[in-house]
Amino acid sequence: MISIDVKGLSKNYQIAEKEPGLRGSLKYLFLRTSREVKAVQGINFSINEGEMVGFIGPNGAGKTTTLKMLCGLIHPSSGLISVAGYKPQRRSPKFLRKITLVMGQKQQLIWDLPPIESLLVNAAIYGISESETKRRIKNLGEMLELDDELYRPVRKLSLGQRMKAELLASLLHLPSVLFLDEPTLGLDVNSQIRVRDFLLEYNRKYGATIFLTSHYMADITSLCERVLVLHKGNLFHDGSMASLTEKLTPYRSVKIEFSNLYPLSEFRKYGSIHESNDHYVHLLIPRERVIPNISEILEKYSVTDLEIKDPPIENLISRLFLKDSKK
Amino acid sequence: MSNKYSLRLRKFILAARAILIAQYSLMIEYRAEIVLWALSGLLPLIMLALWQESQSSISSIFSRDNLSRYFISAFIVRQFTAVWVMVTFEEDTIEGRMAPYLLQPIAPFWRYYLSHIAEQISRIPIVILMLIILILFSPNLFWMPGLKDVVMGLIAIYLAFSVRFMLHWNFSMLCFWTERSSSVERLLMIPYLFLSGLLAPIDSFPAFIKSFALFTPFPYILYYPSKIIAGLEVNTLSVLMTLLFWLTLFTCTGRLLWHFGLKRYSAMGS
Ligand SMILES: Nc1ncnc2c1ncn2[C@@H]1O[C@H](COP(=O)(O)OP(=O)(O)OP(=O)(O)O)[C@@H](O)[C@H]1O
Ligand SMILES: [Mg+2]
Repeated sequence: MISIDVKGLSKNYQIAEKEPGLRGSLKYLFLRTSREVKAVQGINFSINEGEMVGFIGPNGAGKTTTLKMLCGLIHPSSGLISVAGYKPQRRSPKFLRKITLVMGQKQQLIWDLPPIESLLVNAAIYGISESETKRRIKNLGEMLELDDELYRPVRKLSLGQRMKAELLASLLHLPSVLFLDEPTLGLDVNSQIRVRDFLLEYNRKYGATIFLTSHYMADITSLCERVLVLHKGNLFHDGSMASLTEKLTPYRSVKIEFSNLYPLSEFRKYGSIHESNDHYVHLLIPRERVIPNISEILEKYSVTDLEIKDPPIENLISRLFLKDSKK
Repeated sequence: MSNKYSLRLRKFILAARAILIAQYSLMIEYRAEIVLWALSGLLPLIMLALWQESQSSISSIFSRDNLSRYFISAFIVRQFTAVWVMVTFEEDTIEGRMAPYLLQPIAPFWRYYLSHIAEQISRIPIVILMLIILILFSPNLFWMPGLKDVVMGLIAIYLAFSVRFMLHWNFSMLCFWTERSSSVERLLMIPYLFLSGLLAPIDSFPAFIKSFALFTPFPYILYYPSKIIAGLEVNTLSVLMTLLFWLTLFTCTGRLLWHFGLKRYSAMGS
């Protein structure tokens, strides 16, 4: 079953431009010039029920804009969206009960009240019975390791506790489609892991579709088999993490340690030498040559240790976007 | 069919109750601010003191007793018709809380409306306390209002509050078009100050100003409800009907503005 279906989705923002100074202000009053920002430019993808998909890209790529369109907060300039069988921009109550949007940088909990009060308001708004509300708060609270934090004013909670309470408030109606915009923003490594584990458990328990953006690659690699890469409003990649790495670099990194000393020049024919010292060489070998070259090396030389890896994905992606922005 | 509606109504009432309770605990958090708020509504009592010193021009229309009753009633009406929706609406829009509110299956309007009602409920004990203190200091200000005046007065207060709320709600919609809309609130304050009867009874105004004021909703928000409570001579039915008229008008325009504002929000993002 397809949960999210997107066809030819675009969003242009009109921005009024104002020159600085008095002249600019006067001009702005009478002759407004506006510029169009093409935030999202005709993207296509579909996501199955229960899938967890990562959505990455550099700042300003259009990720938040896409998420806002998917949950019906803003209307697309063109294109079609279907989420859980509904047209999001109609924002029908039935649709709203099925989804949630969590934004790391924007919070819905009332600052001066304990989270429990906001939770009870949400429960009433979604028409959840009292006993059911209690049960859900207990269950989700256990999954999130939240307990008496729910009874302290939000302003007295740490960032991590606040984010977890925020998640609890956004999930009380047990939505089946989750849009998460940087849910781990600003959290320390432990809290990041806790939030990740929670999302994984929620996905397993309720079969929910999860679509999340993050600038922390660990969020994506540990949760999502599939990743969409957005770059300047265009979809650069849609597929597995492995295929993304393949696409980004034709090489694999191979580190070899030897028991004897060999002349470095002998290894040139296997790949480019990235690093080396007496008993060690770090080669970048073209993907299709990795197996034949390594078997040859193992035959010819006395190897004590061997490591084959993809270069770290963060480096690859940031290199790609850097290259692109220089162009 | 009717069953479905009664179920929906029940759900709505439950949601309303939860919002009221949360807002009420927020108000308890802020007790100090509430006291300040209530005190800032003391203007009618100050006016009472001022007018009693120099009761020259009004005395033809208002006897000394009636004048003090009027200002005490105006104090009560003002306490229960306080509206600050423009401030919170702007905050919620700028700070991004509007987004989650829009994604919940209840119109954001009800959050604001109900939180005002909750605040007013939390004011009741404070206002009663202030009235008791006032009477203790000058017992001659006390009068026993008639039951009919009290009932009609309460209805008028509720309608006046709703009219004022809807008026401000209309202007809150400006948030969708401009960044700063709460400065408009100060603009609304001026006609309210002069045309509502806060500073002086409308009947003491020159005829042309009075007839102008009567074309606006302001006298009905404060002056006439106060007169009803004070037991002064007033056509209660026509006051209530006029309030209903303004309420209907502002509700219609408010819905229209919300519709177009939301359209703009959907196009521009936040
Ligand atoms: N409300 C708006 N009005 C005008 N332009 C906007 C608006 N919101 C976003 N933009 C522009 O659209 C583009 C995409 O922004 P968006 O917030 O979707 O990026 P993002 O991928 O979420 O970036 P980040 O990683 O920094 O969160 C940017 O150029 C941004 O300046
Ligand atoms: Mg973003």
